[in-house]
Amino acid sequence: MVALSPPGRSLGAIHPWTGALLEALPAAQPHQLPHQEEARRWLAQNPFPSRRQEAWRFTDPAALLAVHPQPLAAAASPLPPAAPGVVRIRLGTGADPLAGVPLPPGLDVLPALPGAEATEESSWCDRLTAATAPAVLALRVRGVVGSPLELVSDTGTAEGVLPLRVLLLLEPGARLELLQVHRAAGASLTTVSLEARLGAGAELRHGLLGQGGSPAAVLLAQLTVRQEPESRYTFTSAVAGWGCSRLEPRLLQAAGAAHSVLRSLQRVGGQELADQHSQVRFEGPEGNLEQLHKTIADGAGRSVFDGAVQVPRAAQGTRAAQLSRSLLLSDRARVDTKPQLEIVADDVRCTHGATVTRLQQEELFYLRSRGIDARRAGQLLLRGFCAEVLEHLPAAAGIWQPLMMVLGEEATLR
Amino acid sequence: MLVPVPRAPTPAAVIRPDAPVLLEIEDLRASVDDQPILKGVTLTLRAGEIHAVMGRNGSGKSTLSKVLAGHPAYTVTGGQVRFRGEDLLGLEPELRSRRGLFLGFQYPVEIPGVSNLEFLRVASNARRLERGQEELDTFAFEDRVRERLAVVQMDPAFLERSVNEGFSGGEKKRNEILQMALLEPEVAILDETDSGLDIDALRIVAGGVNQLASPENATLLITHYQRLLDVITPDYVHVMAAGRIVRTGGRELALELEERGYDWLDADGDAEADSTSDAAALAAPLEVG
Repeated sequence: MVALSPPGRSLGAIHPWTGALLEALPAAQPHQLPHQEEARRWLAQNPFPSRRQEAWRFTDPAALLAVHPQPLAAAASPLPPAAPGVVRIRLGTGADPLAGVPLPPGLDVLPALPGAEATEESSWCDRLTAATAPAVLALRVRGVVGSPLELVSDTGTAEGVLPLRVLLLLEPGARLELLQVHRAAGASLTTVSLEARLGAGAELRHGLLGQGGSPAAVLLAQLTVRQEPESRYTFTSAVAGWGCSRLEPRLLQAAGAAHSVLRSLQRVGGQELADQHSQVRFEGPEGNLEQLHKTIADGAGRSVFDGAVQVPRAAQGTRAAQLSRSLLLSDRARVDTKPQLEIVADDVRCTHGATVTRLQQEELFYLRSRGIDARRAGQLLLRGFCAEVLEHLPAAAGIWQPLMMVLGEEATLR
Repeated sequence: MLVPVPRAPTPAAVIRPDAPVLLEIEDLRASVDDQPILKGVTLTLRAGEIHAVMGRNGSGKSTLSKVLAGHPAYTVTGGQVRFRGEDLLGLEPELRSRRGLFLGFQYPVEIPGVSNLEFLRVASNARRLERGQEELDTFAFEDRVRERLAVVQMDPAFLERSVNEGFSGGEKKRNEILQMALLEPEVAILDETDSGLDIDALRIVAGGVNQLASPENATLLITHYQRLLDVITPDYVHVMAAGRIVRTGGRELALELEERGYDWLDADGDAEADSTSDAAALAAPLEVG
């Protein structure tokens, strides 16, 4: 673990909530890393998210402000045992996450952090995590790692803010399967940044489960992935049960010619809000992207999807397909979906589509005409809707019962 | 010329005027979006019979099948339907199925993400419960379904796929007949089962239907081509036009339609429309086989 610095004391006109959080962080430690200072300065100079900003237009940050701005100390609550062969690293308990964890061959701790990757495009959430995380879990991946890696945080009913930072460097040809699991059941904010750099020909299969259990729980998850040619990155996420969640995957194919797959499922009910802002940029030719975003919106829930795909002139021969499918289960639920293809190159094949529908009457009738009652037919269709994403989660996700997490009792079918 | 696939050599091959009535449709009227489509259909199916309903596109054939299965888009505006003595129209679609009515869809619906095997199991168990049989668990059901696959010569790989997703036209129709084989309905209504099938697929699907026909059940084939009737021999042929059955005859009526088209019916259709279409009222049993 690489320790980062505590807050500086001269933060200027910072938002009171952010200021209070930075003030409440533990006392200074010897290492002062420039990008943490930089993140704090940036937070001081830029406004707190509000619906007046385009990136937050559909996403009310009120839920954030309702979280007490203090560092959260989560007790190490019991978790289901990890799947066989899976290496589990528990984050956010205050203890050294690597203590007593034998890392499998091919995985080792980076002695020093590489240069910061923060760019103009880093989001407010990125900066918040960078400014507040007390340490970075930084791992180097070499060769094929046979054991899947599981990173888990569970804040239980504790209140406050849990910032987490993870950095993975995959050397050329390296392969890793990774599952991130974040759980909360109280008035808390989990803000997690994962940065992955994939060398040429490297492969990362990445799953993320956001298992919320309280209308006061907030999840901000940022993902920054840089891919060299011939690398393959597959991301599958399922998020449900948070008062507010915001997922920001940002992918860069640094020289094109890589393969990226993004599959996401989010479910909102009650007064919940789930937001995904994704951005994929191709900086070279012959890149490939498959993206599927699915939403189930029930109750008075609100779902937002904003998917940017950038294909500049250098990215000839890019193939990108983006599809957003939303299922509205209630008249009071709301879905905002905004695909954004910015294509400058002329020799590309890019498609996108967005559908917002209710349960299909023809599908329901077909099932009912086979003796399946209306409620169970609806369940089957919902399960099918979810399966298209969930079946791509890493195998280690099974113990977290992702279908149950997304659908609750609707998942149970005799 | 196709060689007819013989029906199972059972007593069903002989029409019995005293066989129990399974489905009794009387002056059935129905509309969709306030547009009347069925304008008084009367038809009786007895155990052991195979009926074919023919007619041009738009004559109301498919509407008849959907109304009988309980499709919510159609409103029944008059008449009644009794299924094994019970008022059919008062039942939800799922109850009609559990009681033993089966609709083979013209366009079977694709349901991504729902495994075909799970779908078949849930459907099959719903029917089994209704018949007082034990529900089958995953393993027992898999044995049962593999045995029934033979009826339509279907590749077991289709069980692992999502319901009808990416199936060819022929595979979808085989999947329909597989469902019929598992549900063992008393009355099967097959809506344009031959559409989209090449000759080989047609023979396999028709072979499945023939194997499943028995003295205890009845089949209603809806088609506008005679070619299906080369491979499944009906006992009665009915012609629909403008929402009514305008003529009823035996196998030879289909051949006549094939030869003369539907136009000649228009000329005397009005006069025929009022005649009874109750198959049992026909004077002599037809020769079948």
